[in-house]
Amino acid sequence: MAQAEAPEAVPDPTAAADAAALELPPEIVAQSLGQWFRAWIARLRAGESGVLPVIAGLILISIVFTAISPNQVFLSAGNLVNLFQQSAVFMVLAMAEGFALLLGEIDLSVGYVAAVGGVIGVQLVQPTTARWPWWGAIIVAVLACGLIGAWQGTLITRLRLSSLIVTLAGLLIFNGVVLILLGLGPFSGYPSLAGENNNLQVIYKLMWGTIDPVVSWIGMAVIVVALGAVLWFGDSRRRRSGLVAPPVSLTLLKIVLIAVVSVVVVAICNVNRAAIGTLEGVPWVIPIVLAVLAAWTILLQRTRFGRYVYAIGGNREAARRAGIKVGTIVTWCFTLCSFTAGIGGLLYASYLGGMSNNVNGGQLVLYAVAAAVIGGTSLFGGRGKVLHGVLGGLVIGGIYNGMYLLGLDVKWQFIVTGLVLLVATTIDALSRRGATGGSVARV
Amino acid sequence: MAQLIAQAPVAAEPLLKVRGLDKHFGPVQALTKVDLDLPAGQVTALAGDNGAGKSVLTKCIAGIYQPDHGEFFWEGHPVQIHSPRDAARLGIETVYQDLALADNLDIVQNMFLGRERVHNGLLDEDDMERAASKTLSGLRVTTVRSIRQPVASLSGGQRQSVAVAKAVMWNLKLVMLDEPTAALGVVQTKMVLDLVRRLRDRGLAVMMISHNLNDVFEVADRIAVLSLGRMVAQDRASAFDRQSVVEYMTTGGSTRARQAADGEATKHGAG
Repeated sequence: MAQAEAPEAVPDPTAAADAAALELPPEIVAQSLGQWFRAWIARLRAGESGVLPVIAGLILISIVFTAISPNQVFLSAGNLVNLFQQSAVFMVLAMAEGFALLLGEIDLSVGYVAAVGGVIGVQLVQPTTARWPWWGAIIVAVLACGLIGAWQGTLITRLRLSSLIVTLAGLLIFNGVVLILLGLGPFSGYPSLAGENNNLQVIYKLMWGTIDPVVSWIGMAVIVVALGAVLWFGDSRRRRSGLVAPPVSLTLLKIVLIAVVSVVVVAICNVNRAAIGTLEGVPWVIPIVLAVLAAWTILLQRTRFGRYVYAIGGNREAARRAGIKVGTIVTWCFTLCSFTAGIGGLLYASYLGGMSNNVNGGQLVLYAVAAAVIGGTSLFGGRGKVLHGVLGGLVIGGIYNGMYLLGLDVKWQFIVTGLVLLVATTIDALSRRGATGGSVARV
Repeated sequence: MAQLIAQAPVAAEPLLKVRGLDKHFGPVQALTKVDLDLPAGQVTALAGDNGAGKSVLTKCIAGIYQPDHGEFFWEGHPVQIHSPRDAARLGIETVYQDLALADNLDIVQNMFLGRERVHNGLLDEDDMERAASKTLSGLRVTTVRSIRQPVASLSGGQRQSVAVAKAVMWNLKLVMLDEPTAALGVVQTKMVLDLVRRLRDRGLAVMMISHNLNDVFEVADRIAVLSLGRMVAQDRASAFDRQSVVEYMTTGGSTRARQAADGEATKHGAG
C-alpha cells in the first residue's frame, strides 16, 4: 500500500510524474515524439515491453540464420515467401488460441479441430465422391469447426468444467474424428488436392496461389491508403476535441512504418522466385491472414463483445457485476477459436496438398499457444492482441525454416522452439509482476 | 435532475424502504426482520460487527441474494429486486470492497463497462472519453494523470474514486459503498470521504458500510447498526456517539445510549 500512496504523498511534482510515467503507455502521456520515446524507454525498463521482444526476436532470428545459412539464402525472396507460407498456419492457429488465452482459459483442441476442418474441406471437393463447390466446402468446414467450439464452450460454461480438461478431451476425440473422416471414400486415408478440377485447385491455391504483381501493388496501395486515412483522421479528430491522442509526428511515423513494411513485403513477393519459369506475386495466403487479423482486431478492439472479452480476462467477477453475460461471451470465444482454427486447418490442408493421418494436432496446438505467448499474449488473461499471434507465428515459422535450411534435425527445432517459449513466458510473468509491484496489491 | 432531488425535504418518503427482510442460508439465519430506510440526499452508515449481516443485506438490496421474506419500497412503491439487473434498472449501484474494476482496462473502459456507447456497431470511444472526463472533473477527481491509463496503475484511493465515479455516471439514485476506506491511507481516505459528501450533495442516497467509526461520524447523516442479523438501532447520526455505536454493535443494545439520545440528542455533534 505504501508504494501506492507515493505519487500523492510526495510533494515534489516531478518525482511523482516520473513515478507515474513508468507505468503508463507512452502514447497517453507524451506531447511530442521526443517525450514519447523517453516514456517508451522508461516503460521498457519497467518491464512493460509490448511487441518489442518479439520484434527483437524476429530481427535476431533473421541475423543469425542469414549469417549461418548457406549462401545467405535465409533472406532470399524465395525463402522469405516460403517462410511466410510455413508460418501462416501457426499464425492463424495462434490468433484462434488468442480467444481462449484472453479469457485466461486455454484450448488444447485447436490442432485437431483445425485438422477436422482441413479434412472436411478436402473431402468435400473431391471430384470423384462429394463433388461440392469449393466455397460450399470451405463454409461447411469452418462452420463445423465453429459448432465444435460452441459445444466445448457450452460444456465449459454450463457445466462449469475446466477448459483444460474439456479441450484435452477434445484433442483426443477430434484426433479420432479426423481418422474417421480420412477413412471415408476410396482414398486409402489420403484425400489429396492434386488434380485439374477447379474446386480442388481453389483449395490448393489458398496457400500456393499467387496474385498478379500489378494487382498486388494496387491492392497494397489501397490498403495502405485506407489504413493511413483511418489512423490520420482518427488521431486528428481526437486531437482537435482535446481527447487523449498521440503526437502528430507519432501518427505520421506509424503510417510511414505501415507503408514501408507493405512496400517491402510486396516487393519481395513480386521478385521472380522460381529457378525455371516465373513464380511471382503475393501469395493468396497473405491477404487471407491479413483479413483474419483485421476482422478479429476490429471485433476485439472496437466492439462491445471484444471489450467484454478483455473485461472477463481481467476480472471475471467485475465483468459479471457489470451485467455482462459471462457464460455467453465465453461460449462465443470458444466458438470463434474453433472457427478460426478451421480456417487454419484449410490452410494446413492446402499447404500439405491434402490430408493424411500424420497430421500432428498435438504439436500444432503447442505451437499455436507458443506463438501467441511469444507474440506477447498473456497466459493469465486480459492482455494481448490479435497481432501478437501473427508476430509469434512468424517467430515459430522463422525458427522452423532456419533450422531446415541449416539441415538441422527436427529434434533441434523442438528444443529451440521450447526454449523460445520459455523466454516468452518468463517475459510475460516478469512484466505481470512488474505491473503489480508498481500499483496496489491485487484483491 | 440531481439538483432537483437535492432540494427534496429531508422528511419526505425515503428513496428506499426495506421492511421485514429475512434471509437464511441453510440453518443459519443471516437476517431477521430487518427494516432499513435510505433517504435521498443523505449518507446512511451501516455499522455492525463481522458476521452481523451487513454484506448479506447489501447483496439483497443489490439483487445478488434473494431474501426469503420482506418488501422493498422504492419512492414509496413496492418493487421486486430479483437480480442485479433489476437493481440497476431502479438506479441502485454497489461499489464493492474489491472494487469490481478490471485492472487491464483503462479508466474510461471501466467506467462504461457493461454500458458501452456504440455507433454503427463499433464502440464510440471519443464520446465515452468525453463523458467520463466530464464526470470525473464534476466530482473533482483530478489526481489521475490520464483517463486512458489502465486501472492497474492507479493508487488505492484513485481506484476507489473511479469505482464511485462509475456509479455516479449512470444517474443513479442509490449508491452502496462496501468499506470504501478499508486499506486506504490518510490522504486517500479523505479523498474518498470528500467524494461521498459530493454524492450526497448531488441528491443521491448513499449507504456506506464501514467498520471505521471515524469515517462514520465524519460523513454519516444517519446511522444504522446491525447485530447478529437484527437491526438494533437506526437514527440520525446526532443521536449516537462512538460509545453507543460500539455497544450496539457488540451487545445489540445500549440503555445508556438510549437515555443519552432521549436527553441530549441535540447536543451531540455528529462531526
